[in-house]
Amino acid sequence: MDKDFKVYKCRCIVKGSCSGEAVVSKDPMCFYLCDPKTGTVIERNHAIHGRSIAGKILVLKSGKGSSVVQVDGFYQLWVKNNLPAAIILIDTEPVIVSSAVMVGCTMVDRMETDPYKVIENGDHVEIDADNGIVIVTKKINNSGITN
Amino acid sequence: MYLTDEEKSILDGRHGVGNMKAMELLVALGKAFDAEKLIPISRAHVALSGQEGDTYWCELLVDGGARCKVPPTTNPSWDVETLTKIYDVTENERELGERTIDVYRRIGAKLTFCCAPGLGTNVPFLGEHIAFSESSATPYVNSVLGARSNRESSVSALAAAVIGKTPYYGFHIDENRAGDFLIDVDAEMGDPYDWGILGYAVGKIAGTRIPVIRFNNLRKKPRPEDFLYFGAEAATSGSVAMYHFVGITPEARTIDDAFKGKKVPPSEALIDQAALNEHGAAISVGETGAINLVMLGCPHYTFDQIIEVEKLMDGRKVHKDTAFWILSSIDTLVLAERSGISQRLERLGVRIVADTCIDEPCWKSFEGGLGVTDSPKCAYYRERRGQPFVVRRLSQCVEAAINGRVM
Repeated sequence: MDKDFKVYKCRCIVKGSCSGEAVVSKDPMCFYLCDPKTGTVIERNHAIHGRSIAGKILVLKSGKGSSVVQVDGFYQLWVKNNLPAAIILIDTEPVIVSSAVMVGCTMVDRMETDPYKVIENGDHVEIDADNGIVIVTKKINNSGITN
Repeated sequence: MYLTDEEKSILDGRHGVGNMKAMELLVALGKAFDAEKLIPISRAHVALSGQEGDTYWCELLVDGGARCKVPPTTNPSWDVETLTKIYDVTENERELGERTIDVYRRIGAKLTFCCAPGLGTNVPFLGEHIAFSESSATPYVNSVLGARSNRESSVSALAAAVIGKTPYYGFHIDENRAGDFLIDVDAEMGDPYDWGILGYAVGKIAGTRIPVIRFNNLRKKPRPEDFLYFGAEAATSGSVAMYHFVGITPEARTIDDAFKGKKVPPSEALIDQAALNEHGAAISVGETGAINLVMLGCPHYTFDQIIEVEKLMDGRKVHKDTAFWILSSIDTLVLAERSGISQRLERLGVRIVADTCIDEPCWKSFEGGLGVTDSPKCAYYRERRGQPFVVRRLSQCVEAAINGRVM
């Protein structure tokens, strides 16, 4: 299992290194619609509705919604220690970048391979944003075989 | 991204933590959008919100020693002194309101507390590079005045005001200001309400693209309030920060001008009177019956709009169970008082308040009841706070205020 990982290049937006379990959202997100006390996504009909993003490596399509509430959404999660450990962004837009810089949430984009193709919910992901590296270790299913 | 030696030393923290944080944000944005460099700005407008996250960012900068190089004008928060005499708020809400005013004062902002800076307190010229946040202000200064601003967040606009610079990308660059698609409008267009409905319809089609609009039956050229309503709604239903009206806005003297030499595409949609009415009907659905509030001024009402309210009131009084508030800027309020219109309206039960947004805790005593407004944007944001609003043309809002009911 130790050796079963792949390394991808990416671009650093906000520095930091961390690791954690992947949560993959194909929808853009307004962080104001997360419960700050748990990090759970409460937006109805959202791709990851009901899942917690706290401490996770969040693979995210993009940000959305008014800039004011996006900033406050990040802030509220940050003071409760429930931000994602890092965000791997697909479509970069100014408001989500501003919000992540404000609270120092590690953020990368432009992964060399489409993250949706190589990262699934539950995979173990390590990020070294300063050096532009993402390391993906596939999760092991019940039969002990990697996905 | 190219940085001068001075910019690098700010980024390295040699000018204090506040300046460093602001520079970090500008550089992160610049890198994210492949900006080649930073450019100086001559104006800024900050969408101060009175929300904790926003106030925190301003405190982080000012407590780290930062002051604004380009003093920005600010969005409304709420008039704590006046409104707490009338309505209940919690101690926390009051404290955050006061903290917000204090911190923006300390960082060196011009505390205009008005969401329509382009109409009076902060008016850029054609071609000026600026950093404006507030979703209804950005399309106005870009499209109507021809200034150059990206769709800034409150935090990035404040960082730009502190450093006096912004990354050179997006709408700062000429070719990125060209129209993306064409819409034909056959509707005649009347008061600002019609322009708001049109903006709502266009925003839905546009998404983040730049619309070029060709009017075929326009009776009169749009006034500032018309542009403001159009932009506010186009930025609510879509993310429009720039648009062109052929033959009207400064970068669209002709249709070729609007597309800046790109091939003019076939029209993507036709909005005639019937289509406009249909959009209007879709926006104005909802409850009818007894109301507890008529709220105008999202975006802030101008002096001319206040005159229009007095004309429509025609000496009649507001229903005893209904509050009638007009939100406006401090300069308009002072002018209305000096001209006597504010006192005349107050005798009829219509009050004007400055510095205040519809989306603030001071209005919560109306929650649970039904409100009436002429602004779809107001209805959209108030819904989140537990007060449904029905949207009506101004003349119908005034009738609702007098009857205490909306039809």
